[in-house]
Amino acid sequence: MAFIDVCNIQHHFFNDHSYTTALKDISFSINEGEFISFIGPSGCGKSTLLSIIAGLIEPTSGVITHEAPSIDIGYMLQQDFLFPWKTIEENISLGLTILNKDEGQIVEDLLKQFRLSHTAKLYPQQLSGGMRQRIALARTLAVNPTLLLLDEPFSALDFHSKLDLENFVSETLKQFSKTAILVTHDIGEAIAMSDKVYLFSNRPGTILKSFTIPDEIRNLVPFDARNAPEYQPIFQTIWKELEANGYGNVT
Amino acid sequence: MDTETLHEQFKRKRRLESRKILLFQLLLLVLIFLFWQITTHYRILDPLIFSSPLAVAKLLVTKVMDATLFPHVWFTLMETVIGFLLGTLLGTLIAISLWSSITVAKVMDPYLVVLNAMPKVALGPMILVIFGPNVLSVIVMAISISVIVSTIVIFSAFQQVNENYLKVMQLFNASKAQTFKHVVLPASIPTIISTLKVNVGLSWVGVIVGEFLVSSKGLGYLIISGFQIFNFNLVFLSLIMIVILATIMYKCVEMIERFLLKKFNF
Repeated sequence: MAFIDVCNIQHHFFNDHSYTTALKDISFSINEGEFISFIGPSGCGKSTLLSIIAGLIEPTSGVITHEAPSIDIGYMLQQDFLFPWKTIEENISLGLTILNKDEGQIVEDLLKQFRLSHTAKLYPQQLSGGMRQRIALARTLAVNPTLLLLDEPFSALDFHSKLDLENFVSETLKQFSKTAILVTHDIGEAIAMSDKVYLFSNRPGTILKSFTIPDEIRNLVPFDARNAPEYQPIFQTIWKELEANGYGNVT
Repeated sequence: MDTETLHEQFKRKRRLESRKILLFQLLLLVLIFLFWQITTHYRILDPLIFSSPLAVAKLLVTKVMDATLFPHVWFTLMETVIGFLLGTLLGTLIAISLWSSITVAKVMDPYLVVLNAMPKVALGPMILVIFGPNVLSVIVMAISISVIVSTIVIFSAFQQVNENYLKVMQLFNASKAQTFKHVVLPASIPTIISTLKVNVGLSWVGVIVGEFLVSSKGLGYLIISGFQIFNFNLVFLSLIMIVILATIMYKCVEMIERFLLKKFNF
């Protein structure tokens, strides 16, 4: 049995006039420590699937089983959503405060590791976008989740911060040996960061195809992966696959 | 010229500008009183109805000397502050209870609309009969005017909290009380403060109307009794006292606003 098994997930959204099928026949599994990506056009239900995995939404049908009796899930959103009325320190310790866990050294250690100790007493709006997204990752990691869900966490950043943060997140997750799912519509990002890429179709969202990323790329940090000789061919393959399905303008 | 001198020049210019505005504001005030004095002195306006600044000032001195003014001022001020605090507090509490249950909020919605649309002063006689002709009626009047609008405004602020903030809390498995404490309340502080400012005005309306009806003490009572014996010096004196007190109260709330906004880093 894999770390997480997702079996035949189907989800509909209802309103007074009609209903839409957001997801159909979604099945896949993740092993512990694996990093997978979902790519596909906007509005294809990728984020809905993350919410279902996180337990925020109950799927219309289908089941998700996991190996461990319970899994703690960390969720990183498109924007940092740090609370402006709390200091950086308070923002990071929020999850621990809510769970009534002793924060002890966790917050301090995380800040030190992220080389952001000097920001502890500052407020979020005093930090740059990239730094804030790092703090958001620290907030997520503070409660020590076993599964990380990343919902386009780099899409609101400028190109330089994005590349920088991709490296940072990738290295941090490897170091903490976390299992992670990344949602993105950037093909390059998906290839550079993950072990496996799932390609989604639009309305209803289904998995069209999956691509296993070769070891040569997986062992490199995302920035170097983009320059690896194996990178271009797989990029072309995924690109063509997307075009063949009528989504030429996904990036 | 170096930047230091330029900055000095800039600051001096700003200072001069604000002094000029202040000067014109004071000048306008003097002109209003002068106009009032001259027109009533030469009987262009009937001094029996419009009184005059000098007559009001004389009355003020007499009333301060024989200590018949301050008990009324004090009484009205107390009623207003209590009504203001209770109205806002009660409105916030009702908003919290509406927020804690979507069903309750949906059921109460039309009732809030009706209560909000109704002119609360129309309840005056009822309040007087129920609570008796005393200070309690006046305070209830003040509360009744501010409480519904506070409830509605604060509740809608609770609902407008960015849903992604709520999602973050949901992902930490936070309880409703925790979500309220860490996110909903701090996010709504600016709205709650702006209702405080509105409620200063509303509480004064409630208290003065209440005193008109109860007619035993306070500045509202002085206005009514001054009117009944056609002593408009007394009416104007009371009016001026109300204007001064309401302004001071508003400025106090502004100071609290600045403190809270700074504390919550808005």
